[in-house]
Amino acid sequence: MLCNLCKQNEAKVHLTKIVGDKMQKVDLCEDCSKEKGVDDPTSYSLADALLGGALAAEPAVADSEPSAEAGVKCPTCGYSQADFKKAGRFGCSDCYATFGEGLEGMLKTMHKGIRHTGKVPAALQQSRADAQKLKQLQKRLEKAIAEENFEEAAQFRDEIKRLK
Amino acid sequence: MTIHEFLVPPSVSCQRTGPQDSIVMSSRVRLARNLKKQPFPSWAKKPERLRVLETIQPVVQALPQLAPHFAAAMDDLSALDKQILVERHLISREHAAKGSGSGLVVNQEESLCVMINEEDHLRMQALRPGLQIKACWQAVDALDSALEPKLDFAFSPELGYLTACPTNLGTGIRVSAMLHLPGLVLAEEITRIINAANKLGFAVRGLYGEGTEALGNVFQVSNQMTLGESETQIIERISKALNQIIEEEENARALLLEKKPKIVFNHIGRAYGILANAHTITSKETMNLLSLLRLGAELGRFEKLNRSLTDELFLLTQPAHLQKQHTEKLGAEERDTLRADMLRARLRSVPRPQAP
Repeated sequence: MLCNLCKQNEAKVHLTKIVGDKMQKVDLCEDCSKEKGVDDPTSYSLADALLGGALAAEPAVADSEPSAEAGVKCPTCGYSQADFKKAGRFGCSDCYATFGEGLEGMLKTMHKGIRHTGKVPAALQQSRADAQKLKQLQKRLEKAIAEENFEEAAQFRDEIKRLK
Repeated sequence: MTIHEFLVPPSVSCQRTGPQDSIVMSSRVRLARNLKKQPFPSWAKKPERLRVLETIQPVVQALPQLAPHFAAAMDDLSALDKQILVERHLISREHAAKGSGSGLVVNQEESLCVMINEEDHLRMQALRPGLQIKACWQAVDALDSALEPKLDFAFSPELGYLTACPTNLGTGIRVSAMLHLPGLVLAEEITRIINAANKLGFAVRGLYGEGTEALGNVFQVSNQMTLGESETQIIERISKALNQIIEEEENARALLLEKKPKIVFNHIGRAYGILANAHTITSKETMNLLSLLRLGAELGRFEKLNRSLTDELFLLTQPAHLQKQHTEKLGAEERDTLRADMLRARLRSVPRPQAP
């Protein structure tokens, strides 16, 4: 097999990339691979870059969008909607609030649901549980007062005080 | 101390065993976490990345469950050391490409590894040999809970843990198992299995994850959805799928032995013949043949060959591990010769497979 670039030497470096369901291969000789910086097995990212360049595999999605959408910027990190379209990633955690509108549709296609049902940080969980308990106690307190059950009401009042 | 001196040699690490390890090479659970108000690594400028690294790394290093550990900034590691870490599946290829502002903390057992400023501020993973998804989850969950009071994680009650890429949003969990499936490949059933797994929402990838070839008949199966299901639900669903794939592989091996034993023994015998006698061999061919040798060992075809040796050779013959055994810089051709030399030497004490 001959090198794809110089078409003279025997290809020694074989790169394979899968884009969608298509497989692309590049075969290079040792000299060309060195020149392109892919002789080093550590530089896979370079290999990817080379493949993208050599075969023009990646469709250029960026820059074709009208600039109207580029208007909104994340107040925390300065990221724009256009940046997101290009990278498919956000700039910071606040971007989820900034670009929250229209996110639902995308999340629906990616995930099982659109609401988190998993782990919650312990501190948050505690405060959530406390808030719920407080609500319950307040209801019982009101009921006790309505029923003129003042002894019980005093108990609830004390408990509420402790939680607050 | 260098990472190479710190990690135990493959001859030791490949002795580790786990449930179902004739098919499941390893299990992994990874969590993605980010700090509030800080730009994500790919958007952050260098000083911002360095600040995040300086905030996170000491906190991670102080965790008792990581001791003894090795920690480094990615720009302090040589390209070769990074590639060693990739070949050991401790870091992603993406993380290996990172320099200043990214870091790594790994424990000596290679059971916990934290990448700082990969795609997210924190990518922590628990690894175990064999099928041990639940144990991985418990370990990484504990690690996360220990970090939580000390780092201000970005979390929204509706969307969960906020990640750079919305595909990781919610739980930020990626559960995966590395499966050795020579039976399904030989029986030409693998495409059906991959399609079925995809339909259930699981990704099937090659040896080094995204966009890599399934060298050595090794496939990585992982969940793709992270939002709308709890961690436990995700683990249960993928465990079910993994058990099904394991069963299919067992059936494929049994059926091949029953219906086409000559074909199976032919593959194993030829693999042994080439590996034990070649004078130059590429890493790709080595991996594919070692896979058949591993299968032969599993099927009891070899008197003096156990899986730990094939697994050790699988690691030692990969480019960076091979380079590490030599002081001078090797070209691809030299590597192929030295790889063959090592294989011949190591297989000298292994008699050829028994005739059925």
